[in-house]
Amino acid sequence: MGMMKELLNKKDMERIISRIAHEIIEKNKGTENLCIVGIQRGGVHLAKRLANRIKDIENVDITVGSLDISLYRDDIGIRKEQPVVRKTEIPCDITDKKIVLVDDVLFTGRSIRAAMDALMDFGRPAQIQLAVLIDRGHRELPIRADYVGKNIPTSMSESIEVQLEEEGLEDRVLLQT
Amino acid sequence: MKDLVGIKELSRNEIELILNTASSFKDILKRDIKKVPALRGKTVVNLFFEPSTRTRTSFELAEKRLSTDVLNFSVPTSSVVKGESLFDTIKTIEAYGVDFIVMRHSSSGTPHFIARNVNASVINAGDGINEHPTQALLDAFSIIEKKGSLEGLKIAIVGDILHSRVAKSNIYLLSKFGVNIRLIGPPTLIPDMTDHNVEVFYEMDEGLKDSDVIMMLRIQMERQGRGFFPSTLEYFKNWGLDIRRLKLAKKDAVVMHPGPMNRGIEISSDVADSKQSIILEQVTNGLAVRMAVMYLLSGRSENA
Repeated sequence: MGMMKELLNKKDMERIISRIAHEIIEKNKGTENLCIVGIQRGGVHLAKRLANRIKDIENVDITVGSLDISLYRDDIGIRKEQPVVRKTEIPCDITDKKIVLVDDVLFTGRSIRAAMDALMDFGRPAQIQLAVLIDRGHRELPIRADYVGKNIPTSMSESIEVQLEEEGLEDRVLLQT
Repeated sequence: MKDLVGIKELSRNEIELILNTASSFKDILKRDIKKVPALRGKTVVNLFFEPSTRTRTSFELAEKRLSTDVLNFSVPTSSVVKGESLFDTIKTIEAYGVDFIVMRHSSSGTPHFIARNVNASVINAGDGINEHPTQALLDAFSIIEKKGSLEGLKIAIVGDILHSRVAKSNIYLLSKFGVNIRLIGPPTLIPDMTDHNVEVFYEMDEGLKDSDVIMMLRIQMERQGRGFFPSTLEYFKNWGLDIRRLKLAKKDAVVMHPGPMNRGIEISSDVADSKQSIILEQVTNGLAVRMAVMYLLSGRSENA
């Protein structure tokens, strides 16, 4: 068994969400035409937190959607067990909207590729931006995040675990070596 | 799991996984773009040795919406009429490199035999009087959609149980969920299923009392050569579902039928078209359930 190291605690995560919320507002010069879409599962909770924080700051309600990417993955023929297909709910017409995709950990970039393909089946957004809590490196596709909570250089053998209150756990991010 | 040959072979957990996955697929059917790339590059052959319209079209549409390549093989135009054996037919088809074989056959157990002899995933679309597993799965899905869950329900299955693979699969499935199953029909058409959780009624009025769900079966005219009942008129009088009988069930009871219906023989038109009928919803749900089954089987299709 490897060692567990705490990278972020509850307070750190709150500050990150708060900072990214401000960055989203700044970059988009407000919240007009904005829609936040979380990738199942961790990204969905973080997307809701971001929307809540943006509401605190700007006093506007942002549409939040959830996206399941299992049917758009590039490893479907390779896996032994198929991933559970969770709900996809895009509660607005995304055509001409600015979409902020949210995920917990950015790693190879393959999930983000799948997420963009899945989104395109719902319409033609004006722009897709990417927000992640952790960027752990090792990209296999030309994808980068617009908003990053924390950059954490890792080795391939390590794993990152994001624990969230919404899943009945304590808010924290762990590195398993 | 490589194949879906019957409900008998599934655990309750596996059934629940299929039904939960189907609910996500049902959402896809409501989108503008109803197609997902999940099984891109996979090939499916629909092998129907018995006539079928709705099951075959339902499978075909489900396959297309998963982005597979679809090959339809129907018996009258095939080399089977030239005397090729089933085994040779299957081996030839497998040599094309297919990933799924969806098959219907008039002999019980054929899909089980094929599944043991090919690497492709085999899905049973009805074998003789044995099973029709995707029908039972879509029926369960449709019931849960209306009633919330299967637990504690009283479900009446009415008609020709003896020849019905739909009834068999439903009985196996519902038994695994502790449902109170009532079999209703003429004594000649009810087999001995006492090792399952069933109660038998020859009097329809008595059997329907307080039911939550009424599943009507098609009278299979093509299998009625041996005088199982005197006439279709008499059959309707005794075991046909009309409005008066529907009122014996619970007020919010739903009526199901796997199709194709014989209106006026097992079910009256006013019942088939009533608000309590969910017959057309069954058709829609069939797509979602078949997509879910193929998606879940594809995980293991390479290492048979």
